[in-house]
Amino acid sequence: MSFRARHLLGIEHLAPDEIVTLLDQAETYVDLNRSDEKHDTALKGLTQINMFFEASTRTQTSFEVAGKRLGADVMNMHMQSSSVKKGETLIDTALTLNAMHPDLLVVRHPSSGAANLLAQKVNCAVLNAGDGRHEHPTQALLDALTIRRAKDRLHRLTIAICGDIAHSRVARSNILLLGKMENRIRLVGPPTLMPSGAADWGVEVCQNMEDGLKDADVVMMLRLQKERMDGAFIPSEREYFHRFGLDGAKLAHAKDDAIVMHPGPMNRGVEIDGTIADDINRSVIQDQVEMGVAVRMAAMKLLAQNLRATRPAPDVMA
Amino acid sequence: MTAIVFRNARLIDPEKGTDQIGSLGVKDGLIVEPQGLDGAEEIDCQGNCLAPGIVDIGVKVSEPGERHKESFRTAGLAAAAGGVTTMVTRPDTLPAIDTPEVLEFVRRRANEAAPVNVLPMAALTRGREGREMAEIGFLLDAGAVAFTDCDSVVTNTKVFSRCLTYAASLGALVVGHPQEPVLSAGAAATSGKFAALKGIPAVSPLAERMGLDRDIAIVEMTGARYHADQVTTERALRRLARAKDSGLDITAGVSIHHLTLNELDVGDYRTFFKVKPPLRSEDDRLAAVDAVASGLIDVISSMHTPQDEESKRLTFEEAASGAIGLETMLPAALRLVHSGQMTLPVLWRALSLSPAKRLGLSAGRLAPGTPADLVLFDPNAPFVMDRFKLLSKSKNTPFDEARMQGRVKGTWVAGRRITTNGA
Repeated sequence: MSFRARHLLGIEHLAPDEIVTLLDQAETYVDLNRSDEKHDTALKGLTQINMFFEASTRTQTSFEVAGKRLGADVMNMHMQSSSVKKGETLIDTALTLNAMHPDLLVVRHPSSGAANLLAQKVNCAVLNAGDGRHEHPTQALLDALTIRRAKDRLHRLTIAICGDIAHSRVARSNILLLGKMENRIRLVGPPTLMPSGAADWGVEVCQNMEDGLKDADVVMMLRLQKERMDGAFIPSEREYFHRFGLDGAKLAHAKDDAIVMHPGPMNRGVEIDGTIADDINRSVIQDQVEMGVAVRMAAMKLLAQNLRATRPAPDVMA
Repeated sequence: MTAIVFRNARLIDPEKGTDQIGSLGVKDGLIVEPQGLDGAEEIDCQGNCLAPGIVDIGVKVSEPGERHKESFRTAGLAAAAGGVTTMVTRPDTLPAIDTPEVLEFVRRRANEAAPVNVLPMAALTRGREGREMAEIGFLLDAGAVAFTDCDSVVTNTKVFSRCLTYAASLGALVVGHPQEPVLSAGAAATSGKFAALKGIPAVSPLAERMGLDRDIAIVEMTGARYHADQVTTERALRRLARAKDSGLDITAGVSIHHLTLNELDVGDYRTFFKVKPPLRSEDDRLAAVDAVASGLIDVISSMHTPQDEESKRLTFEEAASGAIGLETMLPAALRLVHSGQMTLPVLWRALSLSPAKRLGLSAGRLAPGTPADLVLFDPNAPFVMDRFKLLSKSKNTPFDEARMQGRVKGTWVAGRRITTNGA
């Protein structure tokens, strides 16, 4: 049982035992969150700043609720509308905030590596809430917790990740995490949305849903960004849905007890059929949202613990 | 005029392909036989290497327009410290060097401020916008040694072919940037496993071959004299070999960074490793090294591109491209010798002889009667690179904290010593 990281920038640098520690911690918060007294003091006295350079209601709310339930002072900075537009660089913004002594900095940014860059410049814990098409570690962790609760294990599962892999940070973090936990991973999608070099990642690459979903335990659908049509990645939404959208017929290739996941927000009728998304026997999409809060609480608690350990103890004589 | 005799020097002669201990004389700015120079200053080289000064095609000085990044004075000092005796400067300044008036300004500033030879290249099209031809004839008369839009590819093939036809009629050299510009738009890395995992927008290495294929066809069509600024991929090198075999007047260069670094060096989004074209796979790097050794690639350039801290302190895809290289090119290139991939005379063929020949200069060799542009260096002296000790105004080198071997002991331009360090 251990968690050594100073920042949560991605799954890449987490060891399997750190992932398990975090998920175990999150389990306790699932219970807390279902109780009437949703409060803990793990982050009491600490300041959490959510810096979102990209609009996101769901993730930002999840981080905000998580911080508040643990007793942190939470601030939301809407960076799309502030001084960043006036030409201030990411680092200047970070240094300005750093001078206010935050303890936890939650960052979402449209460029890959933004959280890594910030982590080098500030002296608080940085949590990556999604950077470009690089990583989205808390999403992968909440997916892992959801899978572990549904399947009672997080290894030796066949997991199909379907859709726009090339532009998806969710896919990258999930591939890393599920790979570290020794699962069989299949990537399914049109070749235009498959990153070059995907075959070298230790995964199977499939170009049709039938092969990709065959005997899968978990079917993870990704959101198709509407703007992908402009770049000539796919011919049309209806052709995409016909070939890669999840419907009952395609899901029939998976195991009978396969679960269906989606990081949200969904495009019903584009990557997923509405009736499957709402099928409480198959879809765990609402569970994912619930696990999101618990996982973010756990991540912030563990990082705060490491942060306090590195800071000098207060002078008791003063 | 003073005379100098360099004694006990390890003479690196790329023309003869020799590397042997001997003496070299200098009189009235030219190389002469060392015998019979009465009253000459004697320099004991203590067995260090004496080679022709480096001729560096493609240096960006940032004057006019961005003097806070680099001036002729600082670039000249960096060049001198790095053994570069001729800087062939790029026109991608603000404004672009596309009229004889701007070129005149550049020449005047260069003469005032830089201790090394400065030969300016001029833009091929006005404002490097790829629409209207620049005044190639006037610019040639004003002293432009080549014409290039730098990394801004002329996408309109009709405009490009007319520019080359016109340049060919004047015998002017055109320097192209082989790259398919639409395919590579927005890319900051070479596509593959590394770029995909890091989530960096990437371009297929084939975009370079596509660009080169187009340029070769237009050279065949127009009969122009053409130099590709950087050929960095194995598959483009095959096309280059075929074009050369077919007798076209084509030469090619490669940057020192593509010879000594690969895509993995970017590591944790280190923006000092963001260059144009992006760093390649290790296989492509080795192919480029082989091509330099065989002579398929003619020229090694620093592609010196100063960028200030602000433009590099951004996320990888937002950060500016380019690395400085005037002062680090010599020790970096010596890595290729220390690793046994080529000899010093072969390396110097690409650093001084071939670039000088391509520009019609008599420099770049050790033959009597040619300009005494020389560099004296200890090829083995080890050191750890500290970017803040570099003389460029901008410090964006990928070799910061790198362990390197090879120190310049002195640099001479036309027989005049322009450095004070060492020997």
